[in-house]
Amino acid sequence: MQSLVIVAHGSHLNPDSATPTHTHADTIRATGAFDEVRTGFWKEEPSLREVLRTARGDDIYVVPLFISEGYFTERVIPRELRLEGWDPELWGSDGISADTATLVASDIDTEVHYCGPVGTHEAMTDVLVRRAESVTGDPSVGDGFGFAVVGHGTERNENSAKAIEYHTERIRETGRFDEVKALFMDEEPEVDDVADHFDSEDIIVVPLFIADGFHTQEDIPEDMGLTDDYRDGYDVPSEVDGHRIWYGGAVGTEELTADVILERAADAGADIGDAIARVRQRTKPTTQAAGD
Amino acid sequence: MSVAEPTLSETQLAAFREQLASDPIEYDGLAAEYDADEDSYHIETPTRQTTLTADELSTVDAEQAAYISNWYFYTQEVGGEVTQAFCRWLELADDRAVPDRYDALNSGIDREWGQLRVTTTLADDGARRYEIRHVDDSDADADALTTHTDPFDARDIGTLDAKGRYRPLRTAPSLDSGWIFSELTANEVYDAVEAFYPATVVNWHREQRGELDIDHWRDEQDRQSGIYNLITVLPDEAVEWAAAACCDDSQCLKRREWELSEDEPLDADGGDGVFPCREPCSMVVAAGREWAKLERDETQTYEFELTPSEKEQIEEIIDAVADDEIDEIREADIGNGANRWRARYLREKRFDDDGHLSGTPTHPDGHDDDGNDGDDGDDGE
Ligand code: SF4
Repeated sequence: MQSLVIVAHGSHLNPDSATPTHTHADTIRATGAFDEVRTGFWKEEPSLREVLRTARGDDIYVVPLFISEGYFTERVIPRELRLEGWDPELWGSDGISADTATLVASDIDTEVHYCGPVGTHEAMTDVLVRRAESVTGDPSVGDGFGFAVVGHGTERNENSAKAIEYHTERIRETGRFDEVKALFMDEEPEVDDVADHFDSEDIIVVPLFIADGFHTQEDIPEDMGLTDDYRDGYDVPSEVDGHRIWYGGAVGTEELTADVILERAADAGADIGDAIARVRQRTKPTTQAAGD
Repeated sequence: MSVAEPTLSETQLAAFREQLASDPIEYDGLAAEYDADEDSYHIETPTRQTTLTADELSTVDAEQAAYISNWYFYTQEVGGEVTQAFCRWLELADDRAVPDRYDALNSGIDREWGQLRVTTTLADDGARRYEIRHVDDSDADADALTTHTDPFDARDIGTLDAKGRYRPLRTAPSLDSGWIFSELTANEVYDAVEAFYPATVVNWHREQRGELDIDHWRDEQDRQSGIYNLITVLPDEAVEWAAAACCDDSQCLKRREWELSEDEPLDADGGDGVFPCREPCSMVVAAGREWAKLERDETQTYEFELTPSEKEQIEEIIDAVADDEIDEIREADIGNGANRWRARYLREKRFDDDGHLSGTPTHPDGHDDDGNDGDDGDDGE
């Protein structure tokens, strides 16, 4: 019996924090690729300490719904799941290349496959692009558009910036958008001056965050000047200094993120049949032609 | 509606024969075996023994049929040991033999799990059907409740309380009412209960088997790292106050089983919940961290001018907040110390322009620290 366990941060304050986790769990459940899909949280229930005991499978894949590799994925989660013999070296990662480690979780005395976070998987690049399509309502958006990928910055975790740069570079390589840049909340180049960093009149801005919350719904829209008060909302696009800003909100809420979770599990050896193709098909914005 | 005398379906009989072809059955009062030499089936239940040929199996009498459908349901339809144990608890299986249980199931067996009322009934083929509603809706007409069929809807129902406030602690006794899951299978009832009250069934099951692993406060302190190592300096008596404040049944329906340590029990009441709490939850740990910060303050002696009724009023306000009774205080109930006008009046009379009670500065030595450093921990990811 094959189980998928998605682990995420969650929040004591923000009820929307867990929403993407639940939505993606539902999407994957509907594919039938796993006999069960369970979710566990650092700040909500079931806790990371108890999530594995809720899983019934003997072949368990744990995928962290986190953006970067670091404190949570390398210390908190392995400790709370009680992965015996864990060492970040087992992922052999340079900060953006974690794969899988298979270890016994002493809570259930069973081996689990502990995967790298969704945020540093290459498929996350596709989700960012998908968000650009959904926020503009244009499946072929690119020409004449700038694309800003936004992150926290290095203040709390140096790998957090690496993940942003990584996807920025990958989007740039596609040559699809006129300009692609990484911007940060707490360091240069800052998202506050988004208009200064682009020549393109249209700029798509997508934060590489898992869930919408304080940063993506309040800070970033206000910092960019989309609105003086987030409670009043803002238009998409909004005019700022002669540019049109298409602000997409946290990329992790994009339905296609479910695909990255599946990719992580498949990379770790999960047998998921054609679930990836089906999720890609299912989560397509309705503006996109069927069959692609 | 269910009937009192389930008859066995071909599928059930086939499963029964198949099982007996390899091994005898011993389950819940039913003992059966296949005699290959005689090509016959020997079936024994508490009040009856029969020997039947394969063809005669379908004519097995009602009582034995009940035992067989009961075996079939639990071993072939219910997935997993934990779900089985939970479903058996739901129908009080350990208290009643199968025929009595089937009688009771015809009218429905009710059990309470936190604020859930779960009713088990019997379908024609001996399968169980489960209904879940809020305990406060026990007597409500099902038509008056919003019907749900997807067990995972329970997650959304449990996210906000009746006033629209977020419930970060799923086992707080603040579950909203007005909904019903009217027809769930065994596996679905497990998923729904798990979504309302995560991990409660599996921990209850471990406890039932005498295998509940409890992590006490000191274990938690030892494990914490990063910003949470602050809780390591929380004084023991503060842990006592925290447990009494947060883990009381009025605040959380789990029965607290963790103590200061295995040999250092807390005085606070752990509560009477059906399901156990095996370690301090993330809410209590986060609050503990806050208290650890606040407990670093030294006490000060202040002098306030208050009338006796004003002192009592302050006590009433604290009680009203602590017991979440603010919303029940009527606008014109000026006799209640926590009434809004009473509180506003007290503020007008006793606060100075800087908001200090009786004009007494919080820090007489001049430095102005309100104890809140604005660090909201790592909640913002
Ligand atoms: S620690 Fe206390 S408040 Fe938290 S779940 Fe356990 S009993 Fe409830």
